Amino acid sequence: MEKRDVIIVGGGPAGLAAAVQLHKKGVANILILEREHHLGGILRQCIHDGFGLSRFQTALSGPEYAARFIEEVKRCEIPYQTDTTVLEISPEKVVTAASREGLVQYQAKAVILTMGCRERTRGALGIPGERPAGVFTAGVVQAYMNLYNRMPAKEVVILGSGDIGMIMARRLTLEGAHVQAVFEVQPIPSGLPRNIEQCLNDYGIPLYLSHTVTQIHGDSRLTGVTVSQVDEKLRPIPGTEKEYACDTLILSVGLIPENELSIDAGVQLDGRTRGALVDEHYQTSVEGIFAAGNVLHVHDLVDFVSMEAERLADAAALYVTGETLADCPLGIRTDENVGHTIPQRVSGKADFQLSLRVRRMMKDCRVVVRQNGQEVAAKRMKKALPAEMIQFVVRADKLVSQENLEVSVEC
Amino acid sequence: MLREFTCIICPNGCEIQAQLENGVLTSMTGHTCPKGEAYVRQELTDPRRNIATSVRVQGGELPLASVRLTNPIPKDRIFDAMAEIRGISLKAPVEAGTVVIAQILGYESDVIVTKSVALRG
Ligand SMILES: Cc1cc2nc3c(=O)[nH]c(=O)nc-3n(C[C@H](O)[C@H](O)[C@H](O)COP(=O)(O)OP(=O)(O)OC[C@H]3O[C@@H](n4cnc5c(N)ncnc54)[C@H](O)[C@@H]3O)c2cc1C
Ligand code: SF4
Repeated sequence: MEKRDVIIVGGGPAGLAAAVQLHKKGVANILILEREHHLGGILRQCIHDGFGLSRFQTALSGPEYAARFIEEVKRCEIPYQTDTTVLEISPEKVVTAASREGLVQYQAKAVILTMGCRERTRGALGIPGERPAGVFTAGVVQAYMNLYNRMPAKEVVILGSGDIGMIMARRLTLEGAHVQAVFEVQPIPSGLPRNIEQCLNDYGIPLYLSHTVTQIHGDSRLTGVTVSQVDEKLRPIPGTEKEYACDTLILSVGLIPENELSIDAGVQLDGRTRGALVDEHYQTSVEGIFAAGNVLHVHDLVDFVSMEAERLADAAALYVTGETLADCPLGIRTDENVGHTIPQRVSGKADFQLSLRVRRMMKDCRVVVRQNGQEVAAKRMKKALPAEMIQFVVRADKLVSQENLEVSVEC
Repeated sequence: MLREFTCIICPNGCEIQAQLENGVLTSMTGHTCPKGEAYVRQELTDPRRNIATSVRVQGGELPLASVRLTNPIPKDRIFDAMAEIRGISLKAPVEAGTVVIAQILGYESDVIVTKSVALRG
């Protein structure tokens, strides 16, 4: 069996950034395995601009952002294989993949999981009604329009205020479709305020909060949907039903990390992120298997994805050169305002980047990290939104003991 | 008069409150950086936006190459710009960075390709 120091599963922005950083650290025996025909991941279909503001201080489109890393991979002659789908990763780090030449197997010292995420679908929502054509997830519409030159819609209703749905509302409008409205079941939008402004408000597309689609109509093709207002418990309120005639319903109702391979490898998942539980080295519960990007927790900004993957690569480079990574016995607990954190465990011996999401909107608050009740790090927020991932560094020299850390949000 | 803006220049999306008197800006709060102030001033006088779309490619491994503007153009000219871009068709291979329309509608803004498309092989 062919041996590799590192196998990277998935050639999206996370996988590419990890590869380039490993190369910089002198790890050359790498291989990126990518299912699609091209490197770049989901960014290939995200043609709008706004990527790279943190990483490159300039607003790039998705393909341009990806190209910066792809060119770097090529320049460093980092080996990659496209049209190759990883089918299995064993806890012993044997990676099995299906390529054009048939099944291939590698024994890796370390495996980096960067498989990204997939979209939640109608099945996951359980909307009653027929199963007509014309119900798509936002990412599928994005692929149709931006990769395959197919216009799937004329009269559109969008369910869910995720960023991809809002971006597609604008894209469809520019291409001549009529987007009637976006409905969001929660009382607050799930996407970024700037997308509400530049994708919906700019084009006069209304956003209705606390509303959901309760019925789908049509036989072979969608003919309309019923929309109802919901109460605080998100239950439809009888008597508020309204009919919308449309040929297309687009779902932008969330992303789920793609972790089937990780589970088979014995990697423990966090029920909150639906990604792996990791320590400050981005190492999962299986030694030598690391994870970053959307497979770990859903990101809204690709810049954060690349930077997370680079931090992962720093640790993975140490690991494959035989250094022992510091033990991470300290857990990170959260209060009811915090949805989750990455990492979930730390050593207490090194500075680490803390990523988290809040569970509800809070204004003029502080995100506080405590140990033994004592404040060890904090970030002041004018406004904390579930739509925005919050990140800051926790410094090891501020830690006061070997106790667990507690993260809370205080107003 | 108070007017509220959501700054779209970066993902922070700051909410900016602008105080206007007879249409003249007198004060501003809520912006985290100078770009926010510039954004509001621009919005008040001449709101501009960038757009991204695609153009057809003949003989390429993909049917489309994505494009964007190098600078934002007045918001109310976006559909005119779309109409102009829709008329474009390129022949593969296409390189990212290629200017397909210089100074669209006479503005200081070019339409450039953002994704290279190789020949169909
Ligand atoms: C539809 C959609 C639109 C988005 N739009 C935006 C946006 O506009 N702006 C933004 O900042 N973020 C956007 N995001 C978030 C975006 O996913 C991240 O910014 C970034 O692309 C995540 O990078 P990644 O490398 O973790 O995952 P991805 O980009 O998803 O890359 C994962 C890669 O792994 C490959 N892969 C998966 N499984 C296997 C396997 N078994 N074997 C081999 N290869 C495999 C996939 O083919 C893919 O290339 C979007 C996400 C989605 C799903
Ligand atoms: S004001 Fe500055 S920090 Fe705030 S959204 Fe605008 S550009 Fe970003």
